[in-house]
Amino acid sequence: MALELIKGNVAVAETALRVGLVSYFGYPITPQTELLEHLSARMPELGRAFVQAESELGAINMVYGAACTGFRTMTSSSSPGVSLMQEGLSYISGTELPAVIVNVVRGGPGLGNIAPSQADYTQMVHGGGHGEYHLIVLAPSSVQEAVDLTALAFDLAEKYRMVVCILMDGYLGQMMEPVELPPFAPLRSEAPDWAVGAKHPEGERVVLTSININPPMQEIFNVKMMSRWQQIEKDEVRYKGYYLDDAEYVVVGFGTAGRIALSSVRAARAKGIKVGLLRPITVSPFPVEALDNLVSGKKGFLVVEMNNGQMLDDVSAIVAKRVPIHFYGRMGGMVPYPDEIDAAIDEMIHSDHDVNRDARGVWLAKMRELVGTGA
Amino acid sequence: MQSEVIISGFGGQGTLYAGQVYAYAAMDEGKHVTWIPSYGPEMRGGTANCTVVISDEEIGSPGALHPRAVIALNLPSLDKYEPLVAPGGFLIVNESMVNHEPTRTDIHWLMIPANKIAQELGNERAANMILLGALEGNMKALPEDALERALVVHTAERLRKFVDLNIEALHRGAEYKVD
Repeated sequence: MALELIKGNVAVAETALRVGLVSYFGYPITPQTELLEHLSARMPELGRAFVQAESELGAINMVYGAACTGFRTMTSSSSPGVSLMQEGLSYISGTELPAVIVNVVRGGPGLGNIAPSQADYTQMVHGGGHGEYHLIVLAPSSVQEAVDLTALAFDLAEKYRMVVCILMDGYLGQMMEPVELPPFAPLRSEAPDWAVGAKHPEGERVVLTSININPPMQEIFNVKMMSRWQQIEKDEVRYKGYYLDDAEYVVVGFGTAGRIALSSVRAARAKGIKVGLLRPITVSPFPVEALDNLVSGKKGFLVVEMNNGQMLDDVSAIVAKRVPIHFYGRMGGMVPYPDEIDAAIDEMIHSDHDVNRDARGVWLAKMRELVGTGA
Repeated sequence: MQSEVIISGFGGQGTLYAGQVYAYAAMDEGKHVTWIPSYGPEMRGGTANCTVVISDEEIGSPGALHPRAVIALNLPSLDKYEPLVAPGGFLIVNESMVNHEPTRTDIHWLMIPANKIAQELGNERAANMILLGALEGNMKALPEDALERALVVHTAERLRKFVDLNIEALHRGAEYKVD
């Protein structure tokens, strides 16, 4: 099949169409707008529903309604817009509905800027809405992976009746790479039996709601959701390892930061340093076991992110002071060059190997020197 | 082998398009390739650039602090990127839009009056293709003629009338050789 050179935003949109997206609801925001723009042209062409809502609040609640029909639906936005959607994500999760949300993360907090960032990791992975629910969060690092994970997102959303997030950043949204798109899949012909439109012979009505006014019933529901999540933690973890077989040091990074770290790992290997890379693809569920299995015998871990060390906390909990951890991050929409990560690898191998070291504190002190505090 | 190329100029000089032509050509040759534009506030300030990375293996960083090559279509781009080109790399300068030559001696550089040549060809907007032809003609990241094949295959219908002009522009640029 022929390759096409397309932007990440367009690749996600076109893939969603091809795997059977029936309705899309969204509101424009940079650096995600091409995704919505592409669908605004293509969905009507195919006789499917595209709605530019009055706001992100409107969009996510339209997704909530559409998801009740059991047909494939999605929304997309960028950080400030996704914040507005958090209430809806909790409601959709509490109603056990399949939906896909794409967050093309930008620099923040607040209105911030339109540059690439990974600062919404905690929001998406550890829940930005209220109540105890989980999202499956997929973190592509290339346009092809964004295509593959978009197709997967819809499958997982339906399999587990839950919300799946594709966590990207402005770099991935704007970047062009050659991709192979999936062929057009036939649309679902009938609603699933749990959906509002399902045909039930006895004429009984399906009720979909997140209200559980009776606490014991709510608790039973939460036990069911949590049990499902534990199964997902067993079955749906995805990651990619590079040069790990004989590695003495391990870099951990996801998405854009992960691929930038790959350049640095290769440069270090060229200098004879035995370093590998673990790139989580599902950041939720996190590849706990894969990371845990890497700890034994290692001399150091370096976590690289485009945020203030949000995944660092998850990695630290797993490594549990068995091996020293280092951190390098850029914030506010800044993207690291490999040269910066080269230096962080160099510092790691020349450090005093103290397992109690304060990775974030050491990094922050360096950042104060590098960029200042504005004081 | 990996080549990182930054193409930088004012908005409207075709920097992003030149990068896309390079990326299409690399894709058609079976290379790994990334194209990433500057899309932030700097673009709105009037400068536009893109970074193209062409590689034989899975590409790590799509950006490069010290690229193997830079095409500078205007003076701010020359001043910004001359110090950053990797030693042994290439700097292709649009002589029509700058007032001084590069000074580095550890890189290959060319001064090409691209706007003037493009005017001779009948369309000043072909300056980007002249400079792209000059870079690839010297750096040779791709097999010969890959750029012109990409123009033939990937030019959008409404722009097809410019394909011959752009191919001629590539050839005129490729006539310039570094020492």
